[in-house]
Amino acid sequence: MTRSDQWKFYLTVVFVLASLWTLLPTFQFYSLPAKERQVVLQARPSEATTEAERLQLEKYAKLREKAIKLGLDLQGGMYLLLEVDTSKLGPVEAKNAVDQAMQIIRNRVDQFGVAEPSIQRQGVNRILIQLPGLLDQERAKALIGQTALLEFKLVKTEEESKALYDRIDAYFARRLRGGAAPDSAAPDSVQHPFTSKLLASSHSEAVVLSENIPIVEAMIRQLKADSTFTSDAQLAWDSHDTDVSGRTARGLYVVSRDALMKGSEVASAQMRLDLDATRPGAPGVSFNLTSRGGALFGDITGSNVGRRLAIVLDGRIQSAPNIQEKIPRGQGSITGNFTEEEAQNLAIVLRSGALPAPVNVIEERTIGPSMGQDSIDRGIHAGAVGALLVVFFMIVYYRVSGVVAVVALILNILGLLACMAGFHATLTLPGIAGIVLTIGMAVDTNVLIFERIREELRNKRTVLAAIETGYARAYRTIIDAHVTTLLSSFALMWFGTGPIRGFAITLSIGLIINLITAVGISKMIFDAWSVRRKLSSISI
Amino acid sequence: MFQILHGVNVDWMRRRHIAFLFSGACVLVSIVSLIMHGGPRYGVDFTGGALVEILVTPPVHADAVRAAVDHAGYRGSEIQELSRPGQFLIRTEIRAGQNPAPAIVQAVSTEHPGAKVERLRYESVGPRVGSELRGAAIKAIFFALGFILVYVGIRYDWRYSLGAVAALFHDVFITLGALSLMNKEITLTVVAALLTIAGYSINDTIVVFDRIRERSRTLRRETPANVMNIAINETLSRTIITSFTVFLTVMALYTLGGEVIHDFAFAMLVGVVFGTYSSVYVASGLALEVQLWLERAGQGQRKK
Repeated sequence: MTRSDQWKFYLTVVFVLASLWTLLPTFQFYSLPAKERQVVLQARPSEATTEAERLQLEKYAKLREKAIKLGLDLQGGMYLLLEVDTSKLGPVEAKNAVDQAMQIIRNRVDQFGVAEPSIQRQGVNRILIQLPGLLDQERAKALIGQTALLEFKLVKTEEESKALYDRIDAYFARRLRGGAAPDSAAPDSVQHPFTSKLLASSHSEAVVLSENIPIVEAMIRQLKADSTFTSDAQLAWDSHDTDVSGRTARGLYVVSRDALMKGSEVASAQMRLDLDATRPGAPGVSFNLTSRGGALFGDITGSNVGRRLAIVLDGRIQSAPNIQEKIPRGQGSITGNFTEEEAQNLAIVLRSGALPAPVNVIEERTIGPSMGQDSIDRGIHAGAVGALLVVFFMIVYYRVSGVVAVVALILNILGLLACMAGFHATLTLPGIAGIVLTIGMAVDTNVLIFERIREELRNKRTVLAAIETGYARAYRTIIDAHVTTLLSSFALMWFGTGPIRGFAITLSIGLIINLITAVGISKMIFDAWSVRRKLSSISI
Repeated sequence: MFQILHGVNVDWMRRRHIAFLFSGACVLVSIVSLIMHGGPRYGVDFTGGALVEILVTPPVHADAVRAAVDHAGYRGSEIQELSRPGQFLIRTEIRAGQNPAPAIVQAVSTEHPGAKVERLRYESVGPRVGSELRGAAIKAIFFALGFILVYVGIRYDWRYSLGAVAALFHDVFITLGALSLMNKEITLTVVAALLTIAGYSINDTIVVFDRIRERSRTLRRETPANVMNIAINETLSRTIITSFTVFLTVMALYTLGGEVIHDFAFAMLVGVVFGTYSSVYVASGLALEVQLWLERAGQGQRKK
């Protein structure tokens, strides 16, 4: 071996050892039984109760971090693209709103208990959320998307409410008759276009039958949009439907427009089952206020004894209890027709705060865990069969040289996977396609070289000379082929989205490594083999 | 030495006009199919909409699923039975921001009380996101092709560049036509396949061009057509072997890879076959035509 060959040899050894070392956690992780793997996936060192447990969990977390992660398409999970609706905010507010929303969503997801959630900002006002593994998708979506704006508002008195309804009726009656005052002989629906749609038990708390809800809603929208109609009172729907003699209906309240206090004063919140004395076991949420909020709450309740206080969540009335007496300590509760999960969600969102602006889900992809397992099994199976066929063909066709090519190929895949583990990249299905194509290109590289060497041998060159010229001449073609493919995959990386990018990344890494393994390392093996044995013929 | 195709001596270029006719016919079939199907059939990734995949055990008939989906209020949805019995893919629309999956699963369960309905996959893409994804994909393809064109133009010759890009379009377009003929959808994964085909096509073309360039230096006395024939014949074994190994892998993906990778593999199969053919005929043939045309033009000028 010449000096430079020795260097190449040592570099190769370092390359192989480094790759194996980087891949060790991945081997460890995926050789665990499925149950134990789940334990590792869920490990959260911050939840440890003892020192020994903390060390164990930290070890798990490290292992999880260092192993190659599987994409949602392979392990199942949920992908959500949210858009923060900043249309009602100023430019500065809008900028902060997205950051705030991300922080709040992160808090909520953390409390939901998903291992390894990924929450990223995308573009100006979008948030990309990826939640791997098993989870209740509907619940997760409700948790993330809920604005959770909690407000405390006074329910208006009967007189105030009646005054508002009279104004609304007059407003719509004028509209209906093109501005003229209503005829006193006209039917109720013309004189009272709005209140005729309500079943009023009292003015401040009316009931609307479900078939009338859309039209009442449309009228409320119209009032809101008209800037000439101002009032310190507003209409708010009950959060749950009720039953009026066998027909579905929904309550409609008249509450003050401005909130007395907001949910930002909530310090803690828990789901409880013992809040409603009339319905034992019904889930609800109890909350504690901050000291400032507690003082404020004391003042509010103290000066409004006898009136009703509405607890409003995202514009819907959760409950509107009577204020019996001043509540000095900042404690309260929210009851309603919650399921246990809904109450749990509500407690989480109250703890982590309200979103500064509403968010909309604009893209959603969920892959069930069995689907993920099925596609990974099939993908691996197909990939293995394909690779074996190629290996078999190469060895049959090129004999010993084929073995060299296969060694180079294995090193290529090893290096590619090690790079992915090192960069904390995620393996997705398109990524596997990228690996398959890398294998194709790697095989092609060797075929190009071997065919060239064969040609040179046919031209009666010596073995050594044939290897030299074969490599040298094939090298130029290989570089051109790799550069063109790399250029196009860079374009895909820059401009492509999700799956396309995953594909382009694995392909690019694979191609770069291929230049090292298929050209450098295989040449080194050839040199060592031919020079040492002083070969007069070669198995190719 | 075990070899195939050693010492072939085929006059490829003499038959290039037949190849042009064949390619023209394939492109024509693709165009007709695309027109008849009203353009490429974009999947939910690009049009926006929702896709629900369910598994019903024990399996039920597709018509029963269709009836249940209709009852759930999603009339006009498209229901496709997949290879596994009881596995269905339902393409539907999003109404008023409501996720249709729970309603559909619920409806199927109610109509088949004995069956277990499992939700395997759910994808929904808003219409605006769909058009953005389409824009991003088109931009990515445009730049990928642009980079290749410029690189080949710099490294070789613009005559070659023309042939290479024509071959590229030929392969990608015919694959699109084949997808349209088979009524398959264009999803993000299929776009990845189309781009890979473009990559392979250019790779194949460059190997042949590289040899043509090398030979045109050593064989100065030969006609351009002969130089090309020699280069193609010399690289033929490599072309066939590489295509064969790629074909093997893609065939394995196609037959064993499962539903998710199926369309990707299908596109690749078509692309690999046409890519191999086009690097021989379309790319070199066109480069030759351009060269001959230039020579005739040059002679015409000299005569004057």
